[in-house]
Amino acid sequence: MADLTSEFLGIQSPNPFWLASAPPTDKAYNVHRAFEAGWGGVVWKTLGEDPPIVNVSGPRYSTMLSNDRRVIGLNNIELITDRPLQTNLDEMRQIKKQWPDRALIASVMLPMNEATWAKYLPMIEDTGADGFELNFGCPHGMSERGMGAAVGQVPEYIQMATEWAKKFTRTPVIVKLTPNVTNILPVAQAAAKGGADAVSLINTINSIMRVNYDTLTMYPTTDGKGSHGGYCGAAVKPIALHMVAEIARNKETASLPISGIGGIGDWRDAVDFFALGASNVQICTAAMVYGFKIIDDLTSGLSDFLDKKGMQSVSDLVGKAVPSVTDWQHLNLNYVEKAVIDQDLCIKCGRCHIVCEDTAHQAITHTVNGERRFEVIDEECVGCNLCVSVCPVDGCISMQQLASGIDPRTGQEISTEKASWTTHPNNPMAK
Amino acid sequence: MTDNPSSGRRAGIRTGRLSSAEIEQNFSDKYPPLSRPEALIEADRCYFCYDAPCTKACPTGIDIPGFIQQIRSDNIKGSALTILTENIMGGMCARVCPTEVLCEEACVRNSHEDKPVSIGLLQRFATDPIVEGDTALFCRAESSGRTVAVVGGGPAGLSCAHRLSMLGHSVVLFSRDQKLGGLNEYGIAAYKTVNDFAQREVEYILAIGGIEVKSGVSLGSDLPLAELQQEYAAVFLAFGLSGANKLGLPNEDIEGVLSAVDYISDLRQAADKGDLPVGNRVIVIGGGMTAIDIAVQSKRLGAEFVDIVYRRGAVQMGASRHEQELALTSGVSIRHWAQPTKILLDDRVTGMQFERTELNADGKLHGTGEIWSLDADVVFTAVGQTLAEDVLGAAAGIFEHKHGKLLVDDNRRTSEPGTWAGGDCIFGHDDLTVTAVQDGKLAAIDIDRFLRAEKQGDNAWQT
Ligand SMILES: Cc1cc2nc3c(=O)[nH]c(=O)nc-3n(C[C@H](O)[C@H](O)[C@H](O)COP(=O)(O)OP(=O)(O)OC[C@H]3O[C@@H](n4cnc5c(N)ncnc54)[C@H](O)[C@@H]3O)c2cc1C
Ligand SMILES: Cc1cc2nc3c(=O)[nH]c(=O)nc-3n(C[C@H](O)[C@H](O)[C@H](O)COP(=O)(O)O)c2cc1C
Ligand code: SF4
Repeated sequence: MADLTSEFLGIQSPNPFWLASAPPTDKAYNVHRAFEAGWGGVVWKTLGEDPPIVNVSGPRYSTMLSNDRRVIGLNNIELITDRPLQTNLDEMRQIKKQWPDRALIASVMLPMNEATWAKYLPMIEDTGADGFELNFGCPHGMSERGMGAAVGQVPEYIQMATEWAKKFTRTPVIVKLTPNVTNILPVAQAAAKGGADAVSLINTINSIMRVNYDTLTMYPTTDGKGSHGGYCGAAVKPIALHMVAEIARNKETASLPISGIGGIGDWRDAVDFFALGASNVQICTAAMVYGFKIIDDLTSGLSDFLDKKGMQSVSDLVGKAVPSVTDWQHLNLNYVEKAVIDQDLCIKCGRCHIVCEDTAHQAITHTVNGERRFEVIDEECVGCNLCVSVCPVDGCISMQQLASGIDPRTGQEISTEKASWTTHPNNPMAK
Repeated sequence: MTDNPSSGRRAGIRTGRLSSAEIEQNFSDKYPPLSRPEALIEADRCYFCYDAPCTKACPTGIDIPGFIQQIRSDNIKGSALTILTENIMGGMCARVCPTEVLCEEACVRNSHEDKPVSIGLLQRFATDPIVEGDTALFCRAESSGRTVAVVGGGPAGLSCAHRLSMLGHSVVLFSRDQKLGGLNEYGIAAYKTVNDFAQREVEYILAIGGIEVKSGVSLGSDLPLAELQQEYAAVFLAFGLSGANKLGLPNEDIEGVLSAVDYISDLRQAADKGDLPVGNRVIVIGGGMTAIDIAVQSKRLGAEFVDIVYRRGAVQMGASRHEQELALTSGVSIRHWAQPTKILLDDRVTGMQFERTELNADGKLHGTGEIWSLDADVVFTAVGQTLAEDVLGAAAGIFEHKHGKLLVDDNRRTSEPGTWAGGDCIFGHDDLTVTAVQDGKLAAIDIDRFLRAEKQGDNAWQT
């Protein structure tokens, strides 16, 4: 059996699954239950200055749901902890004592002056916490006060605050990045420059869920008005994965360890993050939707996956897919695939036909010899994968390489040489 | 279904075999409506197929993926409009269509999980609030000034009248029965259409306006066809099949031998089903939907032994596999390959004698000479209906017909200029509510085309 124990920045935990800083890690009661359920570690709900902030007493959350009310995405307008600092510190100390083998990270959000950091960090470190996570991500409320995402969107501030953090604690410092930036690299680089030991990402994405169709106000509201919130859950995973991969494959940031966050619900989502460069992962929404029990699937699924791959530990998996991520300009334009429909599996719903007909390349039949039948017309198929993407039957349509011979669409011989846009004759900048 | 030994399995024919609570339970909604969460989850199962096989399998061509998509987006009014535009009796059809051999049989989900989308139940979910809430979805086009006679107030007649009214024509609808709805009101099994739905649907259909109803008027005895043809711009005949086929055996008129459709009609109209006389031993002769319905309803009224006897095998039965299963799980026995040869009697029926049958080499049915018999308090005949002899009266001879039913073309035109026909009374009709609705719709569309062409001065019947 693969070894799931994890070491992240020297911090040990029995598995690489931590609960992200959020309501699941709000207080000792929840964290205790999480550890009992088997979670490897927690990032405590973000601490701030005293007196604590105040949350709204109206709705904090709303969701995007499937028809059978599965949560696809979650939006929230919760701020950082609303409990007195001392209460949190006492509980953190108690938890660390009771669960010495689990990771306990203190998440902090402080105003941008050095004295405050000097004041609070040593107090927090004294709880026995294994490290710090700097919350530069909260996109609502706190950012209006010049903290959270307001810091996380300005590389210079990130660097400055990271430097202060490193100055006032001896424990590892993780910088939690906001995805509300056009490019994740400058902020990740700033964290590295400031001396961060790692980055974690993503925090939540600016969002408004919908309107209320009766009142025609945004939804939800607090006494008739609402503010944008932070979006998370399954829907944000692809965005998070892209940002993680960018950091992992860029040479200026590649050496930064990554704690991957965003939309992880089961072990496969975690594998995505590991393979694209994260060394451990954090989870919030899935726990908020199903409770702590999901850890059982996360650990057993991952363990089984590693066994099947012949891997001894998660570290064997970390970054495995990173070399496969490149820029578009380097893709091989001589490579040809065609869709192939397995007629034995085809249930004849015709979805592939209509999407290809209406929105792609008119490359799938609907009638052959008077019969309802869906076949790919190789002369038209550009290999776009749309049909595969919409087919309701797993494995029914697959993309298969046309390795040699004539591509019936172009009439050209398929070249075995690789050729990308960088050298293509249509590219005025071709080398 | 309740099976209470104390509830009086006494021999002979009697009323009140079951308590009113048992009757109520036995005749409650066979497929209860979906709740909103159930409907949303079921709607999610629809793949939104291209050129959907279910739509093709629906005799009225309802855009099924379209209306299901509208359920998904909580657009119930739009969903009902999609359904009722093609089939104004979408509410009744949702209850009575044998979906297992129509839309749901064509559902592509059958091919990988053997469980089609519950189209019928979804259709009911979308239409019930509209029909029962009297939400008007249709309005009438500018008046054409023409009036069409519709004979028959069943699915075919009502569908035709509604569409004609939508298209701007006035309609006078003649019906022999006092209540409209045809077999929806007098024939369909009671547990398929509870709470007087048939009448609510009739009211919904008539609410469009422009349809003058004349009930209690019979074509033939009260009203000669020629008069209609003379007085109205067009005539649509949809009088169903009110004659019942006979077994052709001696003593068929003896007490205790009943026509299934007549009994069902009484059952549907009974204020208290407990007042119906019910036999303890019941034989049903026939293999169609009517045979199944009378057998199952007899069981539900408290009959102890109910046997359907059919002269051919299970696959040849007119009733679908699903209907046969319903009978079997209701405690009805189905005996195949036997034909009735003799009514056993003293002063009333006491049983039936049968002869075994088989197919000979050239596929023809014949008796083997082997005889057996069953005791019975009641024998129901359910061997098909025919055009009642008196309906067309003197005019009967002028129509082309086949097997006692009127011949029509694709547009439901009869051989008589200016006269259309549809529903059970035409040849080739498969005796379903939904096809009757389609006939009425197609005829109305063609009548409209005809009247417009006529206005242009064209030779409208030829075009
Ligand atoms: C017992 C039974 C159960 C059935 N169950 C189902 C089922 O579950 N699902 C299904 O899809 N189909 C079922 N059917 C068939 C379905 O009911 C019919 O196919 C359908 O009702 C035919 O419609 P129609 O309009 O042609 O005729 P009908 O419904 O028979 O209506 C005929 C109309 O014409 C009127 N009329 C008759 N004679 C005259 C006259 N001389 N002058 C004026 N008016 C006249 C009548 O009053 C009535 O209004 C069943 C039929 C029976 C008998
Ligand atoms: C209700 C709620 C409160 C959150 N509060 C914090 C917080 O105090 N500090 C923080 O760093 N992130 C906070 N987050 C962000 C999560 O830690 C996490 O980064 C984000 O939800 C993405 O992960 P997920 O898709 O697994 O939920 C919060 C998220 C939610 C849903
Ligand atoms: S791969 Fe794209 S172009 Fe080819 S058949 Fe599928 S949808 Fe059409």
